[in-house]
Amino acid sequence: MTWQLFELLLQASLMTIFVSVTSILLGLAFAIGLSAMRMSGLGPLVWFARIFISFFRGVPLLVQLLLIFNLLPAIGISLSSLTTALIGLSLCTAAYQAENLRGGFEGVPRGLIESAEMAGLSPVQSFIWIRTPIALRLTFPALVNEAILILKSSSLVSVVGMIELTKMAQNLAASTYMPLPIFASAGLIYLAINWIVAIAGRRAEAALPGLPAK
Amino acid sequence: MSFDFAVILAKAPQILAGLGVTILIWVAGTLLAAILGFLVATARRYGGRLADLVLSVPVEVIRGTPFLVQIFLLYFGGPYIGLRLDPIAAGLLGLTIYGAAYYAEIFRAGFQSVPPGHSEAADCVGLTRMQTILHVQLPEMALLVLPPSMNMAVILLKETALLSLITVPEMTMTVQAIGSQQYAFVESIVVLALVYWALVELANFLGRLAERRLSTYSA
Repeated sequence: MTWQLFELLLQASLMTIFVSVTSILLGLAFAIGLSAMRMSGLGPLVWFARIFISFFRGVPLLVQLLLIFNLLPAIGISLSSLTTALIGLSLCTAAYQAENLRGGFEGVPRGLIESAEMAGLSPVQSFIWIRTPIALRLTFPALVNEAILILKSSSLVSVVGMIELTKMAQNLAASTYMPLPIFASAGLIYLAINWIVAIAGRRAEAALPGLPAK
Repeated sequence: MSFDFAVILAKAPQILAGLGVTILIWVAGTLLAAILGFLVATARRYGGRLADLVLSVPVEVIRGTPFLVQIFLLYFGGPYIGLRLDPIAAGLLGLTIYGAAYYAEIFRAGFQSVPPGHSEAADCVGLTRMQTILHVQLPEMALLVLPPSMNMAVILLKETALLSLITVPEMTMTVQAIGSQQYAFVESIVVLALVYWALVELANFLGRLAERRLSTYSA
């Protein structure tokens, strides 16, 4: 194991970080949309959100990625492997984040929603300005947790042709016949990134404004 | 573009064989992982501070790295230290070790949930450490550890799909092979996704059933 090999792994880990961060943020936006659908009380929207969440939580991410990778070109949409990876990861994390947010939305104090209503906010305004910020604050630790899960799951995007940390490790292991030190190093890099995310998450949690009283 | 699912369904026996391997590895791996995880949690609780510290390292390392990297390390790196396993053995071992790290954390929380007065009382009436763990602490923590344990079992079911990448002939690998033989990639993956979806929902349903059963026994 030389420094040069380790440097290649570090470079590839930048792609891992980029894919993970982008998917988490896209997934968060989708998850808020799914939550809005689920709480809209409109039959078809509620059912769409339910089935979406059940499907993406019920099928292995590997199979989801293979599905998107094979299905979209077959119906005439050709995408780069980066786009495929981002779509796959962000749809999957959206389903998990929507499930996390459900608890957050349930935790929004009733009185605040009623006050918003009394103050003349429409249901949509109340959702955007009152309920969503509080639900996000309440579920912040779950978001950090999900970020760590997605970082680990991003190792799967190699199956749609992305070269990130795990794929780079596979390539180097195959070309150097040193799978042991190379996969161990890749593991250590994941561990280090996760560690940083966990610590940053705890710091951010402490720095965020306090929770509303129940 | 038209899809032809008949060519995939004609291969149902092969798919079922793959499904069998998936379920076998999943059930065996989950049970072994839960047992190993329980042993690790017990050792961390009663083995002194050194055991707690030493065991915390593998638990954190396994929980902090992707399962895919772990099985690559085991399957491709293993032979370099004399650990030559066939794909199924490597897959089962990998799944067991991976799951055990998470189960160890679940049971750790379980041990913490049992009021210390209860194990002290068991100690006073003359129960051995082993009897206390098995007959007092384990039943008391059951209701608390069941939901995360079932959750973890479902996660492990989905993780078995990754074993196709180290050529374990489970469902994902079998169906993908059929897809390429029949030149029906989309159809094969759609069938694969639906089977996993059904299996996961079934597992979730059984988990809820077990929870309800168990909660009727607890005050």
